[in-house]
Amino acid sequence: MELSVRFFALYRERAGCSVTGVSVEPGATVADLLNTVREQFPRLAPPDVQIVVAVNEEYAEPDTPLSAGDEICLIPPVSGG
Amino acid sequence: MFKITTEVITGAEVREAVEGPDAGAVVLFFGTVRNNTDGRVVRCLEYEAYPPMAEKKMAEIAQEISEKWGLDRVAMVHRVGKLEIGEVSVAVAVASPHRKDGFEACKYAMDRLKQIVPIWKREVWADGETEWVKPDAVFFDAPKPHKTAPQTD
Repeated sequence: MELSVRFFALYRERAGCSVTGVSVEPGATVADLLNTVREQFPRLAPPDVQIVVAVNEEYAEPDTPLSAGDEICLIPPVSGG
Repeated sequence: MFKITTEVITGAEVREAVEGPDAGAVVLFFGTVRNNTDGRVVRCLEYEAYPPMAEKKMAEIAQEISEKWGLDRVAMVHRVGKLEIGEVSVAVAVASPHRKDGFEACKYAMDRLKQIVPIWKREVWADGETEWVKPDAVFFDAPKPHKTAPQTD
């Protein structure tokens, strides 16, 4: 299953791109996706930092299942205000 | 009204969005760009957001305020792009029958905005170096609505 993943702010800079294609098994979860993304972009975040993922404009859990066509964004620590 | 904008924020937009004849108070908060962070000189700030989700999360915060205080008129606008010292980055307005609830709800709105709304700021230091705020905050967990006291910074 091919998914499109968007990066914002810090993660965009560290990834060197604002969007990337990621290939995962059908039925993959957010945790599976993150494993693959971290392999592709090892400098994205230190290993002890949990990367937050938004799926279809909602914060997702590690066990959230993904479907083709989902809008997936990696959300660095927010700092509005 | 919940909005990410590139335009200058005057406050009129959020105030007008909440005004009504049953309001005895309108509490208005402005966040402005400060010229230093912990003593280090800041030249300007650069903000970016994930607008559709940011606006959705602002609306959720308003819903939380409705549940906690019974106040249904909350407006929030946050600017993105490059902001100079003294410019308004965010404005929140809360209308309430009495000021106490309005002050509390307005503070709550800002605390929650800083926790869950996908907006990021980068400091541009005097020497031109840039740095994202809180780059690798380990405490940052999936930021869902919760009922405990919000963190402040």
